[in-house]
Amino acid sequence: MLAIIDTGCANINSVRFAFERLGVIPEIITDVDKLKHAERVILPGVGHASVAMERLISAGWVDAINEFQRPLMGICLGMQLLCSHSSEGNIKTLNKIKGDVAELDVGQLTSPHMGWNNLNILKQHALTKGITNEQQVYFVHSFAHQVNDCTLAQAQYGQNFSAVITQDNFAGMQFHPERSAKVGSQLLKNFLDWRI
Amino acid sequence: MLSKRIIPCLDVKNGQVVKGVKFKGHEVVGDILELAKAYSEAGADELVFYEISASVEKRLLDLNWVESIAKNIDIPFCVAGGIKSVEDAASVLKQGADKISINSPAIAKPSLIKELHDEFGKQCVVVGIDSFYDETSNEYLVYQLTGDPNATSKTRYKTLDWVKKVQDLGAGEIVLNCMNQDGVRKGYDIEQLKKVRNICTLPIIASGGAGSMSDFKNVFEQTNIDGALAASVFHKDIIKIPELKQYLAHNKIATRLC
Repeated sequence: MLAIIDTGCANINSVRFAFERLGVIPEIITDVDKLKHAERVILPGVGHASVAMERLISAGWVDAINEFQRPLMGICLGMQLLCSHSSEGNIKTLNKIKGDVAELDVGQLTSPHMGWNNLNILKQHALTKGITNEQQVYFVHSFAHQVNDCTLAQAQYGQNFSAVITQDNFAGMQFHPERSAKVGSQLLKNFLDWRI
Repeated sequence: MLSKRIIPCLDVKNGQVVKGVKFKGHEVVGDILELAKAYSEAGADELVFYEISASVEKRLLDLNWVESIAKNIDIPFCVAGGIKSVEDAASVLKQGADKISINSPAIAKPSLIKELHDEFGKQCVVVGIDSFYDETSNEYLVYQLTGDPNATSKTRYKTLDWVKKVQDLGAGEIVLNCMNQDGVRKGYDIEQLKKVRNICTLPIIASGGAGSMSDFKNVFEQTNIDGALAASVFHKDIIKIPELKQYLAHNKIATRLC
């Protein structure tokens, strides 16, 4: 079963529909106990990091995610919550993927970073299979994970930042694969095919 | 490199897509879902849906079509029409819309922008501004309730003042509808867009006036805006999106080719 964690603050349906277009019917779970029955999990998220983290803590998701050993992928804010620390609200996050999330230094560019931008693949991996550097995905964010050895693909807006990250059974995509046309559906398919 | 966005706009009335000229005399263009699918497959970067009669009729837009769009397209889309509260916005976002756009309700209650920002984050809060160039006073003025010519009225805001206020209140993006240009296909209002760009750090989407592929090239070359929205040139098949994208790429404008 593919589970999508419903933290109450995310735009869950667009992620659900994207998997349904791939022929997979996800289960949206609000009950922490259901997590252990999931084969793979999506942690979606939009909004403010400290609000979302508070909701994860108060609903009891933190221990369940810590114990989870199958593939779990965060999308956008969901990815940021899997990292070590976020400067949005200056909070400790789940620390499943090492590295900190900080506000993008966009210089003279407009903020948030909103729109279609290129992926720059740094490491070959099952999650980035079939993706080339000319392809673009849809970003909407103003904070980002700073590139480190967990980074599989980076993107550039004012500075380089992580677009796809992974550590152990955890992964994250900063952009919205569910809204990134054919490239996005390839990336979601890669997640479904990912074997630890 | 971040691509300049090409955004077809679908005005929705009674469950169908319509298009008027200078916000009047709307004709039916086609089915919402069929058009949305055709545009996303053709390479549109984003879609905007305005349920134009919702604010005038003092009701929230129809949520049924929002879910059907979310199920069937794989690019981002923004929805507008009678969103007057955090609860309204939550129900639209829950159906799968990526962003919500507010216009007349923000003028009636500017603090709504901040409330939406605080609840959902600025990334999904778009403010649409209908701006009219008044020749006698040589000023840009904000109008409201433009979905119905009988309800349309001038507001207390000058466009540049309202843009600053909207930005301060926490909007994430501005769609600037230049009313004098709407549906007449004589080019975007470069002068006005430049003025707004100079005082605004948010992404700005130009709207109103696209008639030819060179209008898109001109607005991107001359104003540094983030995206260009158009309706009639796409609905009437005057411009095909794949050809437009090739043309822009050929003219060295950052474009998503697919």
